[in-house]
Amino acid sequence: MTPRQRRMALVGLMLAGVAGAAFLGLTAFQKNLLYFYTPSQVSAGEAPKGYPFRVGGLVVKDSVKRSEGVTVRFEVTDGPATVPVVYTGILPDLFREGQGIISIGQMNDQGVFVASEVLAKHDENYMPPEVGDALKKSGQLPTSYKDYQK
Amino acid sequence: MIAELGHFSLVMALMMALLQAVFPLWGAQRRLSAWMAVAVPAGRAQFLFLLVSIVCLGISFVNNDFSIEYVAKSSNSSLPLYYRIAAVWGAHEGSMLLWAFTLGLWTCAVSIFSRSLNEEMLARVLGVMALVSIGIELFILFTSNPFDRLVPSPVDGNDMNPLLQDFGMTIHPPMLYMGYVGLSVAFSFAIAALLGGSLDSAWARWSRPWTLVAWVFLTCGITLGSWWAYYELGWGGWWFWDPVENASFMPWLVATALLHSLAVTEKRGAFKAWTVLLALFAFSLSLLGTFLVRSGVLTSVHAFAADPSRGLFILIFLALVVGGSLLLYALRAPMVKDNARYALVSRENLLLLNNILLVTASASILLGTLYPLVLDALGLGKISVGSPYFTTVFVPVMGPIFLLAGIAPMFGWRQAEPGRIFKRARWVFLASFGLGVSLVALSWNPADFKSMAGLSMAFWLASSALLSLYSRVSLRANPLDGLRSQSPSIYGMTLAHLGAAAFLVGAVMSNQYSVEKIVRLAPGETTELGGYRFKFEGVKEVAGPNYRAKEGSFQVFEGEQAVAELKPQKRVYKVQRNTMTEAAIDPGLLRDLYVALGESMEGGAWSVRVYVKPFIRWIWLGGLLMMAGGLCSAADRRYRLQARQAEFADGGLAGAKAG
Repeated sequence: MTPRQRRMALVGLMLAGVAGAAFLGLTAFQKNLLYFYTPSQVSAGEAPKGYPFRVGGLVVKDSVKRSEGVTVRFEVTDGPATVPVVYTGILPDLFREGQGIISIGQMNDQGVFVASEVLAKHDENYMPPEVGDALKKSGQLPTSYKDYQK
Repeated sequence: MIAELGHFSLVMALMMALLQAVFPLWGAQRRLSAWMAVAVPAGRAQFLFLLVSIVCLGISFVNNDFSIEYVAKSSNSSLPLYYRIAAVWGAHEGSMLLWAFTLGLWTCAVSIFSRSLNEEMLARVLGVMALVSIGIELFILFTSNPFDRLVPSPVDGNDMNPLLQDFGMTIHPPMLYMGYVGLSVAFSFAIAALLGGSLDSAWARWSRPWTLVAWVFLTCGITLGSWWAYYELGWGGWWFWDPVENASFMPWLVATALLHSLAVTEKRGAFKAWTVLLALFAFSLSLLGTFLVRSGVLTSVHAFAADPSRGLFILIFLALVVGGSLLLYALRAPMVKDNARYALVSRENLLLLNNILLVTASASILLGTLYPLVLDALGLGKISVGSPYFTTVFVPVMGPIFLLAGIAPMFGWRQAEPGRIFKRARWVFLASFGLGVSLVALSWNPADFKSMAGLSMAFWLASSALLSLYSRVSLRANPLDGLRSQSPSIYGMTLAHLGAAAFLVGAVMSNQYSVEKIVRLAPGETTELGGYRFKFEGVKEVAGPNYRAKEGSFQVFEGEQAVAELKPQKRVYKVQRNTMTEAAIDPGLLRDLYVALGESMEGGAWSVRVYVKPFIRWIWLGGLLMMAGGLCSAADRRYRLQARQAEFADGGLAGAKAG
């Protein structure tokens, strides 16, 4: 194999690799991007139907209700709007009323967010940036979150 | 006083790093022996000062000196001594000091084990390492000094993050940093070679053991991290495609590519420019990892720091390192000539394919990790890229690597005969395929093609690794002779490939056949899962040194026989008032039983998470085998022989190609 052929083979292989990766990457991206929506956006109907997304905010005080088994209902707010959430499973250790959380899931026909995952961070002073921004926008950022300065 | 001593030592270390950078680099350019000779003593002095500095911080933790802000923030007098020491790197400031200290350690190691290097090369390598040291030490001194005093000092500290109060987590950061920072040695060798224009196979031979050892540490760090996530986070998963995990995985993939490409450069003198580029990328990705974790741009369990000035500093540092090294590469690489010739079907090209796949995998992870950050920075919305993206992209790229890794060692350098290899390997190939398919079909699910493919691939990789070892050994008439005549690096490769196969078995089986159940159990109730019966016997209060816990008790039966007693806990740490779930696991080679407490409900009932995870240990077993393989290769005599040869040839021929 002459050096020129070898270079060409190399270039060809790399192009094929890059093209393959780009194809896989873009298809996977298309299907798997999760957008973040605030409760205000959700109640304004901006959130997608029949497609998963993330919603975050503070857990409304006294809204957590347990029913049979391990299903939990609660509400998430950014101040102006609240979204009802239903989740079947075990909530994370730092899930508390008044705490900032993010949940992943879809809206059902009754306007309830069916969460497949609920995330709360392992530090009580920590606010997920998305939630903090959403609360700041609506002027509802609790004063206890002094550390949150973004 | 001790804190001031530590601070002073850190400043002195910075001074030593300045000496270690300026004189040797300038001296190497001007060929001034006396200037170059500064490198070794300055490097060792820098290490000693860093050692003093980190020991001072350690003493402050042991003495509970809460007048130091960092100690007050991340320790507490009721924290057990062992964790107080580990708390040195438990949060941002100290972990950066650990980073600097680790770099000092590697610098010192290079200065000791590089007698075979000519003085110019050694001066340049240490000089480049010093440049990195300067950057990181300035970063610590200006933005995250662990020795800052707190006035007035608090009576007691804020305690260590409970998640980190765990054995795996205490040694995970040092291991990971040894890996991250160890890649700086390969980086410095590459930069030094570019500066001096001496990219030959001797250069590859010098870089190889260093890269191997760094890779072993990185493997160890990642394996520990995955193991920790499995038992400590309480979700039963072993890999979450969390951005911080990705940050450690990308350098690992590139370092793996680098190991393979260094082999080609050393043995055949090919791929020189590419190998250099990989060395630059590997360390750049390590720095990027540090940036991602330490700048607070990520939402993650690891992202404790959220100080914008720190992020900016690391970003500038990153830009300088990556930009500077790529610029140098662009200027110098065109002069590098590959003089090796090889056919299309040759081991060289298969290794090239391995490199392309590994780099592609790494690039696709980089895309998924950075894309949300870029989008957010441009104000185009907040998105997250979940694990489905990574699995969709990663699996098809890694599949061919496992196939290749089996066949490649049987191919000869320069020119291979595919026909003969096909003849030799076809039965092994068919047997692995048949075994994988029939095993899955008979014992689990006849329609589970994913597991069939995965297991067949694992069997193929393992059996072909052994076959290729066998065909090397069988060249000698006496098999014992044959076994003895193989170099440690052959055994290293075989072990590492067996490790990859073991990992694959664990990953496939645990992903496909794990069963889980979330149930509400009152004391005395039982639940069935995966052929096991879990009986909940109630919860009692227990007390730890710095926490209180509710400890559940579960009897696990297989048929009528009791196989395990599991005691998961729900802990409340006194100082931070954090609740923590401690899962209880009954480990086994074939299956893990895993129980975690959820929430307490009326009537003494608890919500409980129960898992049965087949073969999950094999994931970390694979990591261990890979580490063993790496160490075995690094111990190859020829890296030490070369040192002796160079001593013989010290009269001016040292630069000539040895061996």
